[in-house]
Amino acid sequence: MSKQVTLTIDGKSVAVPDGLNVVDAAKMAGIEIPVFCHHPKLEPVGMCRMCLVEIGRPVRDRATGQFVIENGAPKIQFMPKLETACTNKVEEGMVVLTQSAKVADGQRGTLEFLLTSHPLDCPVCDKGGECALQDLTMAHGPGKSRFIFEEKMHLAKMIPLGELIYLDRERCIQCARCIRFQDEIAGDAVLEFEDRGRTMQIISRSEPGFDSIFSGNTTDICPVGALTTTDFRFRARPWELGAAPSICAQCPVGCNITLNTRREAMTNGEIVVKRVMPRQNEEVNEIWICDKGRFAYHYADGKQRLTKPLVRKDKKLARASWDAATKIAAENFLKEKKDFVILASGRLSNEDLFNLKTLADHAGGKAYLYSHMAGGELTALVGVGAGTNFGAMGQGTTIVVVASDLYQEAPVWYLRVKQAKERGATLIVLNPRATKLDKYASFTERYEYGDEAKAVHDLTKNGETAEAVLKASNVVVLYGSEGLGVAGSQSLATACAKLLNENGFAGKSNNGLIGVWERANDQGAWEMGFTVEDDLAKALKGKAVYIVGADPVNDDPKLASALAEAEFVAVQDVMETATTEIADVVLPAQAFTEREGTFTSGERRVQRFYPAVPVTGESKPDFAIAAQIARNMGVILEGMSAVVVFDLLAETVKSFEGLNYARLAEVEAQLPVAGRSDMYYSGTTYANKHGLGAHLSGAATRGEKVSIPRVQKEAVPHPKDNELLAVPVNQLYHRGTTMMTAELLHERIGAASVSLHPDAAARLGVQAGQTVNVSFNGTSGAAVVKLDDSIDEGIALVPRSMGIAIREPVAAKVKA
Amino acid sequence: MSHILLRHREIPDINQLSVYKKNGGFAAFKNAVMKMKPNEVTDVVKNSGLRGRGGAGFPTGMKWSFIDNKNWPHYIVANADESEPGTFKDREIMEGNPLQFLEGLAIGCYAVGAQVAYIYLRGEFWELGASLDAKIAEMEEAGLLGDKLFGTDYSLRIYTHLGAGAYICGEETALLESLEGKRGQPRVRPPFPPAVGLYGKPTIINNVETFTNVPMIMANGAEWHKSIGTTDSPGVKIFSLSGRVRKPGNYELPLGTTFRELIYTHGGGVQDSRKVKAIMPAGASSSLILVDDDKILDTPMDYASVRTLKADLGSASIIVVDDTVSMDWLVNKTVHFFKHESCGKCTPCREGTYWMSRISERIHDGAATRADVDLLLNVAKQMQGKCLCALGEFSTMAVVSGIERFRKDFDNAVKA
Repeated sequence: MSKQVTLTIDGKSVAVPDGLNVVDAAKMAGIEIPVFCHHPKLEPVGMCRMCLVEIGRPVRDRATGQFVIENGAPKIQFMPKLETACTNKVEEGMVVLTQSAKVADGQRGTLEFLLTSHPLDCPVCDKGGECALQDLTMAHGPGKSRFIFEEKMHLAKMIPLGELIYLDRERCIQCARCIRFQDEIAGDAVLEFEDRGRTMQIISRSEPGFDSIFSGNTTDICPVGALTTTDFRFRARPWELGAAPSICAQCPVGCNITLNTRREAMTNGEIVVKRVMPRQNEEVNEIWICDKGRFAYHYADGKQRLTKPLVRKDKKLARASWDAATKIAAENFLKEKKDFVILASGRLSNEDLFNLKTLADHAGGKAYLYSHMAGGELTALVGVGAGTNFGAMGQGTTIVVVASDLYQEAPVWYLRVKQAKERGATLIVLNPRATKLDKYASFTERYEYGDEAKAVHDLTKNGETAEAVLKASNVVVLYGSEGLGVAGSQSLATACAKLLNENGFAGKSNNGLIGVWERANDQGAWEMGFTVEDDLAKALKGKAVYIVGADPVNDDPKLASALAEAEFVAVQDVMETATTEIADVVLPAQAFTEREGTFTSGERRVQRFYPAVPVTGESKPDFAIAAQIARNMGVILEGMSAVVVFDLLAETVKSFEGLNYARLAEVEAQLPVAGRSDMYYSGTTYANKHGLGAHLSGAATRGEKVSIPRVQKEAVPHPKDNELLAVPVNQLYHRGTTMMTAELLHERIGAASVSLHPDAAARLGVQAGQTVNVSFNGTSGAAVVKLDDSIDEGIALVPRSMGIAIREPVAAKVKA
Repeated sequence: MSHILLRHREIPDINQLSVYKKNGGFAAFKNAVMKMKPNEVTDVVKNSGLRGRGGAGFPTGMKWSFIDNKNWPHYIVANADESEPGTFKDREIMEGNPLQFLEGLAIGCYAVGAQVAYIYLRGEFWELGASLDAKIAEMEEAGLLGDKLFGTDYSLRIYTHLGAGAYICGEETALLESLEGKRGQPRVRPPFPPAVGLYGKPTIINNVETFTNVPMIMANGAEWHKSIGTTDSPGVKIFSLSGRVRKPGNYELPLGTTFRELIYTHGGGVQDSRKVKAIMPAGASSSLILVDDDKILDTPMDYASVRTLKADLGSASIIVVDDTVSMDWLVNKTVHFFKHESCGKCTPCREGTYWMSRISERIHDGAATRADVDLLLNVAKQMQGKCLCALGEFSTMAVVSGIERFRKDFDNAVKA
């Protein structure tokens, strides 16, 4: 623990860690010092002058260095002027007055100054009701202005900084929180001030405007209504909103979120989600979320929701009862027995996956995870240990990121890894091409696609990186699936697991392996015993297939034709997809916003989400549908209560042992203080009152003997002279089923692309921006050419889920 | 007495290296580098009592001794952003006697262990920047700048940098920000530049005139310097005289020279032989001196004596105001200047200067009431002690002293 400093604030003796500023120290002691520009996550700048207080310091004797004692107490000397509490660090014996008449006068003055330029359009402002300026004016401000209204400066009120965030120049109080967030936290310094004095304004010079995937966070920390999201702007008043705690289902980070809901006329009196807000969990996402998490939630209330079970009759899907639909599914699954296959995705909760896996086990079927990425059985063994927290990593920790573009694949991990590096951790980035994380890397190593496992193996062989890894106290490896399919990611995962296990970096907190998975709960599926299949088409052909939460027909023509040749297909999903269209039975599932359940994050943290909106139509939770089918197959599964399913899961799956819903709902005090009553301080993030979740145990932690298999070298295809090696890369905004419902993000998603080295493009006679045809193995698609000089000449990068079905590296032709 | 700083007025072509050298130029620098330890140089400057000529009058040698010797490299920055209204002394130095300034800068660098110095010039000084660059090139050619000077291990390079036209960049921390390529906005102090300055490294920032004093002090000794001026304020100062005087211009005089001597003996007296009504001793940034008693003109112009008039000597740009001027006009002018130059970083200055400008405009236009005069005074006082840097504080000086010391002018300007 760091050194403690004792000071007196408003007569109260307070002991706080050394190095804190006076605002944060007072906050810890429950004393509110009003601020606008200061934010506990940002460096203090002392701009707004709202936190003016009186500060006295003990007088020291020049000769002895001891405090001068007067009337039995240290003599305190106050500065003649008020001082900004945010830029003054605590000192032993300091005396702070936050309530004196002089302080009140100073703070009132600052508010009066701010209000001279503020439009006071609170009745039409989206921030009204959760506005720091409103709150602090009520608490500290003058009741009347002496400023002549006619002399107010009028400025533009609807400036799009990009298509996601709008700026109202009149409301802006120039605190620079947004600029500093983008610079210090996000690392995308795309905002700045232009002009000076009263006409100073926020601008974005990037192309496209406000080019950052963290832009929404600036609206949370904006202390006024200057920055608002296009999504929520003029949509509701904050005080009308309900708030349900939830977990973001977009990626394996597991950001804690709050779903703000409202019952409204414009949706026929339905209760709907109006916006997604961050919910504090300092060990997961702090108080941040990415724009995908914030804006891509619309699929749950999308028009294409399935509302009733459907059964194919006379080649057409027709409405059926739950009894009839599940019975037909069960009969077909029973009929095929050993040819019964469950294909489920990481969009499902632990409870759903547990029931599905149990069903497969009892019915003698196979349970496959729908993913192109393998290695999860290894993260279950040597995954990061309980207590792992990127926020606690710094000097002594080495973080290795391999085959992953974290900014695109798991944005909040990107932030957390970047910050760990800034606190002193060593960051090693291994990737064949340049990614955003390179900027922060201590070491950047390039390898050729196909050499992933070797690159990891060589880490401990080469001088500097060997030292960085072997001499570290803690090592965390994040591996992804850039350029890798099932076989490739399997050998990469094995190489990573070996490195960790053999050098003692497994089985303890802040050590171990993290998979940068495709979906939110892939890790949960691996813990349950799901596996991935390299040749999925073959595995589905001729089988009775139960597809849950996946859309293979849309994703891959090969899988579509395999399913066309399946004996029977039951599809269970939230919305209509290309796969439900070919199904024999369609089962409507509830969205995660409508039910409760748990997800297991890539950091192996199990977290609860709660129902936010009423159920759509006749839909049921996935675990309940699975139970109903199972019953018709003679297998008894819990189908009523998610809590009970979880209890059974905890009894059955070792890594879940000891966990239950109550445990997951536990919370403890977090710093910085955040939440609704502290809006002026930390923004509009929600406090966490519904659970910080809990880590799973790993085999290595439980003291089991862990043995890692040998690394199987993946066979890389060899392109012919007129071909390139097309490798899949992962992109945050893509054309996947759930993303496309977020119309707001369409511009950012853009078209399918193929990235080529400039020389390769020249050889092919194509230019940046030109549309070309990419073809391989009978698959082909149009793509817009991008240039990337950090890749090899023989490489073509093809983003996944953008319309060209690429699972693994393939030899491909690119033609104009 | 011959000039110490404005030596070009007596020695033709002293801006030529050969002429400057013939007149003893660079002997002090060479001597310092070859024969003195850096701290010995600082000690001479400290003992000379030289105070910074940029406005604050902080003892120069003491500032140099504050440099953090645990953190390297060190930088020196010459503040040549001369933008205080009524101040035009640094320009004359750099035009007429640039080598003495450069030598002083070089000596300063040696004293604090800086191997790189920057001269931050206001953007309008682009011609001066080009001529300084030529002088620097000549010095490099002559072995006065560059690697391993005079056969020692000491190396030094000097670079000029042009600002982009903001008054705030004369404030030392805003200057550093601007020099680093960022927006010219002041930093929170402490830490002060000798601890955390340019690129986060210990940095000494002095005014052009301050550096120009150094070669002569090194050549003639601390005692010589102390024999000029007053005990509190030793040495000479260039007074930039302007306003309603017959002969405005720069006058190099010992500190402690009286206002009367400057205005009447050197400046030829007030135009049309009118009465001095007020003096702005530090451009727009000081309180106005009320000259309601002729004896006030006998006040010596040194840092301490000017304080007794509840004003500051600052950069010693003496603007003489006669009885044809109404103070509401003057205050309106200064407030508009500060409104235009406020960087916008802190609330009281950004909003306060805007608000004050609207009220003072109203007063000057004759559209205000007495209550507006009280409001203007109150707004100015509400800003005092709350701003991030001195600019905001300075913007209130003319307002508060103007209204408090010349209330009648304001009352005459308003309706009722």
